[in-house]
Amino acid sequence: MNRRVAVTGIGAVSAFGATFPDMWAGLAAGRSAIRPLTLVPAGSLRFPNAAEVPNYDPLHHFDEKDAQMLDRFAQFAAVAAREAIGASGIQFSSELRERTAIVLGCSGGGKATEDEGFYSLYALGQPRVSPLTIARAMSNAGASRVSLEYGITGPVYTISTACSSANHAIGQAFRMVRSGEAEVAIAGGSEAPLSMGFLKAWEAMRVVAPDTCRPFSLDRRGLILGEGAAVLILEPEERARARGAKILGEIAGFGMSSDAHHITQPSALGAARAMRSALADAELAPQAIGYVNAHGTGTTANDATETEAIRSVFGAHAAELMVSSTKSMHGHALGAAGALEAAATLGALQYGLIPPTANYTAPDPACDLDVVPNTPRAAQVECAISNSFAFGGLNAVLVFRKLS
Amino acid sequence: MSDELISRVTGVIAKTQKIPPETVTIDKTFEELKIDSLDGINILFALEGEFDLDIPDDAARGIRTVREMVEGIEKLLIAKSQK
Repeated sequence: MNRRVAVTGIGAVSAFGATFPDMWAGLAAGRSAIRPLTLVPAGSLRFPNAAEVPNYDPLHHFDEKDAQMLDRFAQFAAVAAREAIGASGIQFSSELRERTAIVLGCSGGGKATEDEGFYSLYALGQPRVSPLTIARAMSNAGASRVSLEYGITGPVYTISTACSSANHAIGQAFRMVRSGEAEVAIAGGSEAPLSMGFLKAWEAMRVVAPDTCRPFSLDRRGLILGEGAAVLILEPEERARARGAKILGEIAGFGMSSDAHHITQPSALGAARAMRSALADAELAPQAIGYVNAHGTGTTANDATETEAIRSVFGAHAAELMVSSTKSMHGHALGAAGALEAAATLGALQYGLIPPTANYTAPDPACDLDVVPNTPRAAQVECAISNSFAFGGLNAVLVFRKLS
Repeated sequence: MSDELISRVTGVIAKTQKIPPETVTIDKTFEELKIDSLDGINILFALEGEFDLDIPDDAARGIRTVREMVEGIEKLLIAKSQK
């Protein structure tokens, strides 16, 4: 059984606000939501900016007890899942709850919770840390929260593959729905990495830009960290049509690969293999693709390597492709990145508007693609791919198709 | 470039790379010493500790040889002493 998999709900918490319409409005305007850090004092960091979720108040979404139980990353997961489930119109019967899967990506887990506990231990000399530390910080806390909130009793798990986490999660969920192993899937990713200890670790990597994120631009100086979550509702197309759901697009394929090359340096070969595998899974020729939502971190290495990989997969068709990095606007949200970018890609297909690569200033000969610089572009695209390439050399690519 | 400075920098490189100190000589390239980008930032981190320096990303970019690294550290040390 190979069923077509429709997306019937999208939820997103991003630097544009706590809903998908907030995010899409920002992307569709080509507006970068990268701003000065406020969650931590940025004075001692080499980079002053990030893509924070603005004005986020936990008590707007949770009662005090639940807010205390949940790290920011798990809250984002729950808020995005509520929006996606609400938008899908799905009513969960007890049978359907057993046949529903939740697969969420998360790279770091509750970093702020860990930081706070360990600060009190090491710096303040407290002899103990909060008993909620483990339950708040575990990377599956977001998926478990959604499961508890909706009584979902099917397969529920978290995938942690650094920056590819959410693409791996959506890909696994897609395959479960396609094969019939699950009837509905709640899939995506969430991350809240903006705590001082973790930011210092990123600073030491020397990959975070001191200004802003300028993917594919000659003067790019690195990535900008972001936070948030996005969640998709996946179900068989037939089921969606039978219940009269609004179909937002189709997940048509998924491919993955490992570079087995280097723990942090990207490889064009590995990236290209993941793209080819995704296209083969979708039974699509490269020429069918009109838009690539790039991994596009804004580091020197990634953007040039990704360009090389795209050229090798698409050949002459690479000249026809629109390739943009929405990380220039919502930042690099690590384990949530692929989910936010899936939402962006579905928006592009649905609304016929390609979100641009913002903050672009000058062409780089090593990134000689049509990167849709700065200005959103009206374009009807039938099929698109979204790339995620993680530290550790783990690559995951999703294929989306318009389905109306 | 004093011998003492060279020896401190090459010592840090050898210790960080887990290679014999005598293999790290002033004319070696990072490629010859099998120092990749992640090794490079790890060495910068160790050098910051050794010399109590803040090595900005811009100063670190483009350094590919032991000599360039010693020269870069020397420049930063001079700037620090003039503060």
